[in-house]
This record gives sequence, structure tokens and C-alpha cells, in this order.
Amino acid sequence: MIDMLDQTATTISRTPVVEILSAEKIFANGVRGLDPIQLSIRPGEFISLIGPSGCGKSTLLKLIANLIEPTDGKMLWWRGDFSKVGTIGRQLAFVFQDPTLMPWSKVDANVRLPLDLAGMPKAEARQRAEAALAHVGLTQAAKRYPRQLSGGMRMRVSIARALVTNPDLLLMDEPFGALDEFTRNKLDEDLVNLCFERNLTNVFVTHSIYEAIFLSTRIIVMAANPGRIFAEYIVDEPMPRNDNFRRSDRFGDMCRELSALLSDASLASLKP
Amino acid sequence: MTPLAQRPWFGKVMAPLAVGVIIVITWQWACTAFEVPRYLFPKPTDIADSLATNWRPLFGSLWSTLYVTFLAFGLSVTIGTAIAFMFVQSKLIELSLLPYAVLLQVTPIAAVAPLIIILVKDTTTALTLCATVIAIFPIISNTTIGLRSVDPGLAAYFRMNKAGRWATLWRLRIPGALPFFLAGLRISSGLSLVGAVVAEFIAGTGGTSAGLAYQIMQASFQLDIPQMFAALFLITLTGVLLFAAMVKLQQILLGHWHESAMEAER
Ligand SMILES: Nc1ncnc2c1ncn2[C@@H]1O[C@H](COP(=O)(O)OP(=O)(O)OP(=O)(O)O)[C@@H](O)[C@H]1O
Ligand SMILES: [Mg+2]
Repeated sequence: MIDMLDQTATTISRTPVVEILSAEKIFANGVRGLDPIQLSIRPGEFISLIGPSGCGKSTLLKLIANLIEPTDGKMLWWRGDFSKVGTIGRQLAFVFQDPTLMPWSKVDANVRLPLDLAGMPKAEARQRAEAALAHVGLTQAAKRYPRQLSGGMRMRVSIARALVTNPDLLLMDEPFGALDEFTRNKLDEDLVNLCFERNLTNVFVTHSIYEAIFLSTRIIVMAANPGRIFAEYIVDEPMPRNDNFRRSDRFGDMCRELSALLSDASLASLKP
Repeated sequence: MTPLAQRPWFGKVMAPLAVGVIIVITWQWACTAFEVPRYLFPKPTDIADSLATNWRPLFGSLWSTLYVTFLAFGLSVTIGTAIAFMFVQSKLIELSLLPYAVLLQVTPIAAVAPLIIILVKDTTTALTLCATVIAIFPIISNTTIGLRSVDPGLAAYFRMNKAGRWATLWRLRIPGALPFFLAGLRISSGLSLVGAVVAEFIAGTGGTSAGLAYQIMQASFQLDIPQMFAALFLITLTGVLLFAAMVKLQQILLGHWHESAMEAER
């Protein structure tokens, strides 16, 4: 019985969320942002992109968000083109490095924005914004303006704005880069467990080895000059995760291994 | 309890008012003590006296000046905003029209006003035209800059969410442009008054004006210095009130989010 359920679950989930088929990016000024990339992202995966500065992490994320188009190669979302994205079960949300909130709108209106833009009825949108705010623990701040919040709170608003659309694919570009370690650890823990509960697929850019290990099911190590995938690292640790994992010896071992990989990637990134 | 001098209303209202009272009292005292004749430099009481006795013609003129000022201000805001919206719609429109907007701006109004007054028969129309010509530029340039200076991150977010042109304009560009627009409004309101008065002076030399500038000229012909001061006082008062109204408007619309209109936080 259990086996059968698992069987059906895996058949459904076998449809990859994103397939990157030899997609490469050469910028208008001739810079080779990314060499041809081959990557398949499966449902429920938490993938971190890590690598030296300029190796094309943001570029890869923008390709996945269709913010830029590949120069050559192909991108597939749920086995189709980008027009499939945005329908039920195929929602995409992007969290930028900065919160990018509208300073003239209160927190709740900021969170409601994607629903308003999609033309959702006011009452329903309000309800869902409330729920999303509650999820990031900011119910109290709903009627405040962004400038009245701390950096960490603003980032949480930005995450609530992403969650409010009930995304199936969440893309985040160094969302916690500017935060102190304590806040970052807390937000990391919330995020990874939320993604697990909702079976969200996440692609996450980070510079932190610890963060990558703690969050990910799979880590893509990238190298620069030209931007490319250098190695993959699987984090074989069950969800949900908490501080116990962070303090375990396994965690330390994995960090060491990833650190070694990253050093190799840096060496491989030196200009020829 | 906070000391008196640190309360907000004290700093903003009482302190400047106190300075004003001291100046008026010193002025009054000096004129009396040194027996300055009222036809050379009138005492504050002489001016008040003149205001009281000549209130009918003075306030009639004030009305006439105000009418031109507000008309010019209103025209500047509507036409200026419309032009700014056109500019951001297309670079070509901006490139072809901007030199002429600059031309209007750099030509001294005093040099063009006589021409306008001769060409346009109706005085009020001519005066309004002159005032509009100088009051419109800050609106055009500020609103254009405002509509252009969209936060690129937010713009990308709107694009990613497939926001339409209208939604982007209404939810992103206009709110983002508001601080710039309001700063333009503040300058433009003052320039409307300046333009109206300058145009009245020029039209007044032809004897066809009824505004406060005309009162000043008439008073100067008759060497009625207190009346000159009374008219001047009314012009200044109008300017100050206009400015205060714009500051208030800025506070109402921006006070909760934009630095330019926020009370200092400590
Ligand atoms: N719009 C662009 N035009 C030209 N070159 C670009 C553009 N965007 C990025 N690049 C170049 O492409 C390369 C990859 O940039 P990208 O922003 O993806 O790096 P990154 O891995 O995100 O770096 P970081 O860790 O510093 O954020 C860099 O060499 C960068 O200079
Ligand atoms: Mg980057």
C-alpha cells in the first residue's frame, strides 16, 4: 500500500520543474556569462548555487525566471515553454537580493501586490496576504511602512510577497546576504521547513557554505571565466532540519568537503 | 515634561513669530525715535493704517493678482504634467520638444511680456500667459525626472508579474514620481505669483492692469509710500501662504513614506 502511494507520488513528481538544455548566455557586450548549462530541477528539490563572484549565479537564476533569454539552447518549465508558468500548480516567485518593496505602500499592500496585479478579488487577496504575513511572523507590522521596519523584517515582507502567490518554484538571489548570522539562521530554518511542508522547489543563490549545506538537498558549485557548472554536491540529510543538524559532526564534515570543492572551483576560475 | 523650546510647535511657529514681532517693534521704535517722515519710510502702524483706509482698491487688486496667479498655476500643472507624460512615452517627442521648453525657460519673462501683452488683446489672458510661461518649466522637468526614476528592482518585479502598462503607471510610476512632482509644484506656485506680478508691472505701464503691481506703481507716482508697502505686504503674504499650502500638501501626500516631507526622527 505504502509502496503503491510512493509509486504514484514519484510518477507525478518525475516531471521536472525546470530543464536547462545547453542554455548559454553571451551578453550584448560579448561577455560570456554562461557556457552551455545542462541542469534538470526536480519537484521538491532545494538547490543552492554557490561559486566565486562573477561565475554566473545570478545570470542562471534570471534565465530560470525568464528575466533574460538564453543566447543559445533551450529552457523548459514543466516540460513546456514559459507561457505554462503562472497557471495553477505552476506559480513562480522571485526574491531579490534587496527587499524591493514599494516605500509608499504599507506592508500588507506590498504583500498583496502580486495578487492585485493578477486581478484577484480584493477580499480573497487580503485574506491570503494576512496568512502570508502571519507565516513570516509579521502580523503586527501589517499597517506599517517599509521604512519603519528593520532589514530582516523587510526581507521577511519580501518573502511573504513571494509566498502569497502559493509558488511552486521559488527563486532566491542571496536573500539573506545582508543579515546578521543569527537572523539569517532563523530565516534559513523557517524557509527550509516551509519548502518541505509545501513541497516547494527552490533555487537559492548564496555565498555561504554553511547556509548551502543547511538548506539544500543538492548544491551546484559553479566556476567563472567562463561561467559554468563545476561540480555537484548532494546533501543527504532528511527534512525537516533544525539546529541539531547544524551542530552535528556530519554538518561539519559536509562543510569541509564543500569548502574543498569551492577552493578547486576558485582555482579553476582564474583567468587563463 | 519636555522643555518649551524643544516642542515641535514652538520651533516651527513661535520662534519665527517672535522674530517677526521683534522686527516690527524695533522698526516702529526706530521710525518714531529718529522721526523718519512717513513719505520716506513708513512705520508699521502707517502701513496698517493705509491697509485699513485703502482696503477696497487693495483687496480688489489682490483678487485680480490672485486670479491670474491661480489660473497660471493651474494651467502650468495640467499642461506641464501632460507634457511630462508625453516625454516619458517617447524619447523622440522629448528630444524634439525639450529644446523649446528650455527656450521658454531661459528667455527672461520681462523681455517677452511686452510682446505678449501687445499681441493678446485680453489683459487677463495676456497676464496668465506670461505667468504660465515661467511657471510651467519646473513642473515639466521635475515630473519627467520623477516618471523616469523608477526603482529598477521594482520595475523588474512588475515585469516579471506580467503587469500591464496601466497598472505599472498607476502603481509604480506615478507614486514614484510624486515627490519630484510636488517639489516642482512648490517652485511653480512661487513662480506663478512672480510671473503674475512681473507681467502686471509691464502691462501696467500701458495702463491696462488692475493687480497689486498696478497699485504699487500708482502709489509710487503719488509718492504714497505707505500704500506701496501695504501692496507689497499683500504680495508677500500671498507668496508665504502659497508656499505653506504646498508644504502642507507635500506633508499630506508624502509625510508617511518620503524623506522630503518627513519630520526628523530622533
Ligand atoms: N547585463 C550584463 N551585461 C554584460 N555582462 C554581464 C551582465 N550581467 C552580468 N554580466 C557578467 O556576467 C558574469 C556573471 O554575472 P552574474 O551577475 O551572474 O555573477 P554572479 O555569480 O551572480 O556574481 P555575484 O556573486 O558577484 O553576484 C559577470 O562576469 C558579469 O560581469
Ligand atoms: Mg549575483
